[in-house]
Parts: sequence; structure tokens; C-alpha cells
Amino acid sequence: MKRVGRYGLIGFIRNGFVSLAAILIMTITLFTAATLVISGAALNSVLKQLTDNVDVTVYFTTDATDDQIAQLQTSLQALPEVASVALTTRDQALAAFQQRHQNDQLTMQALQELGDNPLGASLEIRAKQTSQYETIAQYLQTQQSNGSDIGAAIDSVNFYQNKTAIDRLTGIISTSRTLGLGIALVLGLASLLIAFNTIRLAIYTARDEIGVMNLVGASHWYVRGPFVIAGILYGVISGLLVLLLLYPITLYLGPGSETFFGTFNVFTYFVSSFPLLFLIIMATGIALGSLSSYLAVRRYLHS
Amino acid sequence: MIYFDKVTKIYQDGAPPAVEDITLQIEPGEFVSIVGHSGAGKTTLLKMLFAEVLPTEGTVFFGEREVPRLSTSELLKLRRNIGTIFQDFRLLPTKNVFENIAFALEVAGRSDEDIQADVPHVLDLVGLADKLWSFPHELSGGEQQRVAIARAIVNQPDVLIADEPTGNLDPINAHDIVEILKKINDLGTTVLLTTHNKSVVDSIGRRVVTMDQGRVVRDDKQGKYVL
Repeated sequence: MKRVGRYGLIGFIRNGFVSLAAILIMTITLFTAATLVISGAALNSVLKQLTDNVDVTVYFTTDATDDQIAQLQTSLQALPEVASVALTTRDQALAAFQQRHQNDQLTMQALQELGDNPLGASLEIRAKQTSQYETIAQYLQTQQSNGSDIGAAIDSVNFYQNKTAIDRLTGIISTSRTLGLGIALVLGLASLLIAFNTIRLAIYTARDEIGVMNLVGASHWYVRGPFVIAGILYGVISGLLVLLLLYPITLYLGPGSETFFGTFNVFTYFVSSFPLLFLIIMATGIALGSLSSYLAVRRYLHS
Repeated sequence: MIYFDKVTKIYQDGAPPAVEDITLQIEPGEFVSIVGHSGAGKTTLLKMLFAEVLPTEGTVFFGEREVPRLSTSELLKLRRNIGTIFQDFRLLPTKNVFENIAFALEVAGRSDEDIQADVPHVLDLVGLADKLWSFPHELSGGEQQRVAIARAIVNQPDVLIADEPTGNLDPINAHDIVEILKKINDLGTTVLLTTHNKSVVDSIGRRVVTMDQGRVVRDDKQGKYVL
């Protein structure tokens, strides 16, 4: 094992140009892989933000009692589709309204002339998944139509006005995820094939050498081993290069990505997910390098 | 010890046989020159001995072992017991002289101590003790062939196969190589030499097997190059 390792290292060093070519191609491959991982995270972040902004709001009448409001809130929280229910009281609604329109003199004047708080309390309901809003809306509709005490306190539900947008969003999210996965698979596969063929070419240049090793009676492991070791070295060095490159690139793109994606900062993600990224990139590099070498040598081995 | 039993080799259907119905026995310690024009089948015959090529018909025996039927591990052991040298030397270009020879010992599982002792000794035998750390591209043709011989004999094989070893060498180097081969044979190793160099064969003065169009046409115990 020690000898095989030594030969792998020596071969890696002495075949300088071939090693360099393999490392360059693998760096591009692993960089593509890392980009796909980070892009996936960015996409998920955007989708999550969109999802978080979707909700169903129940507006109460101005004479709804605290009991009625509390009852509806409790019954909604008990629904399996519901992730959270947030109450905005009449006073909170009024304060928020005044905050929003503080520079609008006309509106503020009209509010003053009304005297009383014209706004009712409301409940903002978040579902666990966007596809579940329909069920929640139907529950509320049932409450309204069955003449219950709770139903009488409901003034309006804003779901059906937003239904089209919510349905469309659900569709976009689903398509985005599928498309993202599809693109990742195609790009990933293309990158893997290119890296594999590059290593095959590198081993092709050593075919005469492998022939000699066969002739002197070297076992398959003795022939293959140094090339697998070299493949691992290609993977490790390429992986380290990619991680080194990603640092300044994500640092540079960080502020821009936050502006573009909302709350997703690509540099923050890189730093916080470094252990995971390190594992993915190094494991992919080592697996790709070693497996490619193992398979590529096979055609030159014969008994 | 080596017995070719009615071996025939046809590389492609419809093509003439490269080797046809050859029966040939070689005793331990013999020096056999196999001569013939290019394409006579000399190299194919030798390749069948270490199973680089399998016979289409017939079989090959090495001692008691039937070569085409050997398992992978048995075949590797056989190859370690057969030293081979070729016209194009076939040294490993990215390894220096020491490493090229040491490689043959390493695949045979020898220790580092044995390797450190044996490699300089065998290089001394072929007159290249001062070239231990040179790379093949830094050596002349004659020197490369001597390194190849050193690698071939370092495991003290029973048989040394030399396939046109002087093909790329000038007459002086060719003579030196032949002298080394004779010395190796005198030490007890069976030597099979293929060549179409008349002066090489005549200078050896030992058994000559003549091949033509895949067949053995002459087999002289103390032969000359006759075609």
C-alpha cells in the first residue's frame, strides 16, 4: 500500500502537464457542482420568501367580541394545515393604519372625523404549504355559511381575491424546483462526463507504461493503485482550489446577491455552510477522480 | 521445460495463420535463436508463452503448467518468472533506472532491503552501475537495452525472452547486448532470442530455429542463420 501510494504521488508529480490538465478540468467540474449547490440554496431562499409572504387574512366586524376572535383563532390553530395564526387587534390595526398614512393629510383628517376606530381585528393565517390555503379558506367559508357565532363575527376573508396569485405561485414553486433539479442533473452529468474523459485521456498517455507493468507480472491493484491515488490527488487539489476561489467570488457577489434575492447573501451562505460545502466538494472530487481512474485503467489491464 | 504443442494462431477469420501447427520443445538452460523474415511468426510464438496472445489451436506448456488455462494470479506469477526484453526497450519513462528495475522486484513482493541490495548488483552485471538515477530519455539506446535486461533478470527468472533486442542498436551495442545474453545463459537461464540479424545469430553458435510463414522450417542444434 505504501509503495502504491508512493508511486501514485511520484507519477502525479512527474506527469506534470497531464496532472495540470486533469486538475483544471476537475476544478471547473467541481466549481459547477458548487455553483449548483449555492444556486439551489438561493432558489430555496427566494421560494421560501415568496411562500412566507402568502397568507390568508380574516377580517372581523368592528363589533366582534374578544371571545369570538379567540374562539376562531383557537379553532384555526387546531387545523393540521395551519402553521401559524397571528392576531392584529383593532387598536393595533388602527396604529398601523395611522403609521402608513401619516403623511396623507386627507386620510388622517377623514379618520379623525370618523371619531371611532373603523377597523376591525384580523387574523393572518399561514399554511404549512401554499397548496393548503384552499382548505383553510373552505373552513372559513363553512364557518360563515353555517350561521355559527364565530361565522357571524367574520367580515371578510381575503383568500379568494388572492387565489389566482396563490395558485400561480404554487405552480411556479413546483416548476422551479423540478426545473432546478433537472438543470442541476444535466449540468452535473455533463461535468462528470467531461472530467471522466479528461482522466481517461491522462491514462491513455500511460497505456504503454501499463502494458509494461502487465508484462513484468504486476497485479491489477499494483497497476491501478497509483492511478487511483493520482485521481484522488486531482480531486483533493481541485476541491481545495474551488473552495479557495469561492471565498473571494462570494465575498464580491454577497451584497449584490442580497439586493437581488432579498435576504439571501451568497457570502453569508458560503461561510455558514462551509463544512457542508467542503464535504460535498471534496467528496465529489475524490469520488470522481478515483472512480474515473479506476474505470479508465480497466481497459488496459489484461491477464 | 517449454513445450509448444501444435500451436496455431489466427488473428482474424479468413486471414492466414500467424503461427501454424508448431510443435517445439525447449530444454532448461538452452539458448535458442528463433530467426525468420518479418511476419514469420516469431514474436507471436513468444507472446503465447506468457499469454499476451492465446493460441487459436493447440496449447503451450511451461513446466507442468498449461499457460492458456492459468488463472490471473497464476499467470502473474508466471510472468514474474519470465524476463522479457524488446526492440523498443519498454522502460517506464517516468521512472529512473533504479525505479525501473526496482519495480520488477516490488511486484514480486520483495522487501526494500532486498531491492536496495539487488538493483545495484544487477546494474553492475550489465555495466551501468553509474547510471542508477538517470531517466530513460537520458540514456543511449544501448544503455536503455541494458537497463531492460537488468530489469528482466533481477528476479532471477527461469527464462529470458529477447524479442529483437538489437533491432534499434548499432553493431557495437548489438554485440555487447548479445554478450550479456550469453553471460546470462551461462549462469543457467534459458534464453529465447528472436532476430533477423545474421551476424548476431552466427556469433552465438547455438540452437537456431528457423521460421517461415508461421511454420518451423529448420531446427539446428548448432545452427547458422540460413533462410
